[in-house]
Amino acid sequence: MSKRIVVGYDGSENAMNAVEFAVGLAKAGGAGLVLAHVLEWSPYTFLTPTEIEERHARRNEELERAQTAVLEPVLTKLAGTGLEVASELRYGHIAETLIKIAEEEGVDHLVIGRTGQSKLSSRIFGSVAGSLAQAAPVPVTIVP
Amino acid sequence: MKNISAAVLAAFASLCVSAPAMAQSIDEQINSVFASSTGWFVSFIFSPFPGTSFPWIVAWLVIAATVFTIYFGFIQFRAFPHSIALVKGDYSDPNDAGEVSHFQALATALSGTVGLGNIAGVAVAVGIGGPGATFWMILAGLMGMASKFTECTLGVKYRNEYSDGTVSGGPMYYMTKGFEERGLPAGKILAVLFAIFCILGSLGGGNMFQANQAHAQIANVVGDYPGWITGLVFAAIVFAVIVGGLKSIASVTEKVVPFMGVLYVITALVIILMNADKIGWAFGQIFEGAFTGLGVAGGFVGALIQGFKRAAFSNEAGVGSAAIAHSAVRTKEPITEGFVSLLEPFIDTVVICTMTALVIIITGQLVSDPQTGLYLLNEGGTAIQTVDGNSGVALTSAAFSASFGWFQYILAIAVVLFAFSTMISWSYYGLKAWTFLFGEGKTKELVFKVIFCIFVVIGAAASLGPVIDFSDAAIFAMAVVNIIALYALMPIVKREVNSYLSRLKSGEIKKYG
Repeated sequence: MSKRIVVGYDGSENAMNAVEFAVGLAKAGGAGLVLAHVLEWSPYTFLTPTEIEERHARRNEELERAQTAVLEPVLTKLAGTGLEVASELRYGHIAETLIKIAEEEGVDHLVIGRTGQSKLSSRIFGSVAGSLAQAAPVPVTIVP
Repeated sequence: MKNISAAVLAAFASLCVSAPAMAQSIDEQINSVFASSTGWFVSFIFSPFPGTSFPWIVAWLVIAATVFTIYFGFIQFRAFPHSIALVKGDYSDPNDAGEVSHFQALATALSGTVGLGNIAGVAVAVGIGGPGATFWMILAGLMGMASKFTECTLGVKYRNEYSDGTVSGGPMYYMTKGFEERGLPAGKILAVLFAIFCILGSLGGGNMFQANQAHAQIANVVGDYPGWITGLVFAAIVFAVIVGGLKSIASVTEKVVPFMGVLYVITALVIILMNADKIGWAFGQIFEGAFTGLGVAGGFVGALIQGFKRAAFSNEAGVGSAAIAHSAVRTKEPITEGFVSLLEPFIDTVVICTMTALVIIITGQLVSDPQTGLYLLNEGGTAIQTVDGNSGVALTSAAFSASFGWFQYILAIAVVLFAFSTMISWSYYGLKAWTFLFGEGKTKELVFKVIFCIFVVIGAAASLGPVIDFSDAAIFAMAVVNIIALYALMPIVKREVNSYLSRLKSGEIKKYG
């Protein structure tokens, strides 16, 4: 199996930098790309009865929007590079889900953009980059 | 229903005109109109068996819970570990992430039931029925788990799914669809009756009782003032949420309520541990009172009636409301929602209600005769004399404050939030019943929501007695109809249980976590 790289993409400018960086890596190493978008989701939050009722419909909307507004534009852009590009769209804790994708897809490298959180919020909630650096099974590159 | 609400509405309108006259008299007028227009309904629901003082409705609930417990082979104990595993997400397919989880379904259903029933209702039970009421309350909670299991499984199985992905479910739907499937008559009639009672219940226990006790609690902290003022403020907030779609208030409440619940239980535990030397004595009172009454009005039967009544009112097992809440959850196996829901009466009644009761007993709020050990009754002989003459939420507040003075403020906030989240849940249940009767549609839904808000004001202004009577009566009326349907449909649930448990054993139902 040839080399593959997962790049986490959330539609932000930093994430785009990460994608560009990953494209460079892939071209140089002859690797394939997996464009991963994770929708933040915890099964342990609290919802109102109405939110519960509408959840399934909302989920479909969110997936639809993520696919068309976030993933598609980049996929179209990458189609011109001649690289082998796949995409993953999932719900979950961002760092954990990226790790899961890396494990399932058997990739060799994780690339993400810097999220640019303030010191305080990353201290309280932890940052995606921080958790990945600690727990990822493959090398992680963080692109500023 | 129309007659009552028309009468109350007319009365309310006329009161608004004369509002400036005298603030306090508004409360009195609302109270007397309310009491006289609902009295007949209350006395019918709570009428005793001829020649006894035992209300038939209590027997109805107890017998049902016993029948379900035996019919499903003590499912509430057998399936308890599996229920916990489901809530933890051990059996959730990761590909379904983003859908409502079992945990979320449980938390939402719980925030509808955990509330004043646990704080004020238990105080009423112990205040009238003595410590012995606690024993019967716990027993009713344990048995009620089987009723809840039955109704929630059916709620999911027979819900309506619409093309836009939303769902509507609840007893109305299993009564119509389930009865048709089994070839039973009168499903439609039962469904209509249930929907009517559900609307009354949502206005009573799910609304007026909440507003009433929230006002009592606030007045207890800041000093007495007319109830209709609290009512108007509450009504405005509820209106903003359910009509204005102001989701932020609702979601903040949904997030704070669980923490309040945990804080409440921890504080209760601390108070109980601080009085560790009295724990043995307290349980002694509970067991002795359960079988002798220890001098309470009506003896041990009085304790039993209070215990069962308040348990049912608090955990709503057999009432059918939880079936509405759970049916909105997407799951491949309806029975899994049944398993999850059986944890509700356990958490609500066996854990939280028991905490309240223990704190009231252990802090010595109930006055007993030192010579005989029997409890002394108040002047009217209607309830046990308490240290400061408190009843309802004020009694719980006094009990907690006896150890921690500041807790009355926390409790006031908790009561207001619990009341609010219960109102939001019940406005949803009531709305589902309303749309079942009248069809879906923006205007039709708005009519119900406005009526709901008006009853917030009435509830806050009326005095506890008539409000609690009507609230109980309406909620128990739901149980009358719902339990008939549960008896008729329980073989279907049995089939589901057997099939699921055998597939679980064979490994066909996969564990992910």
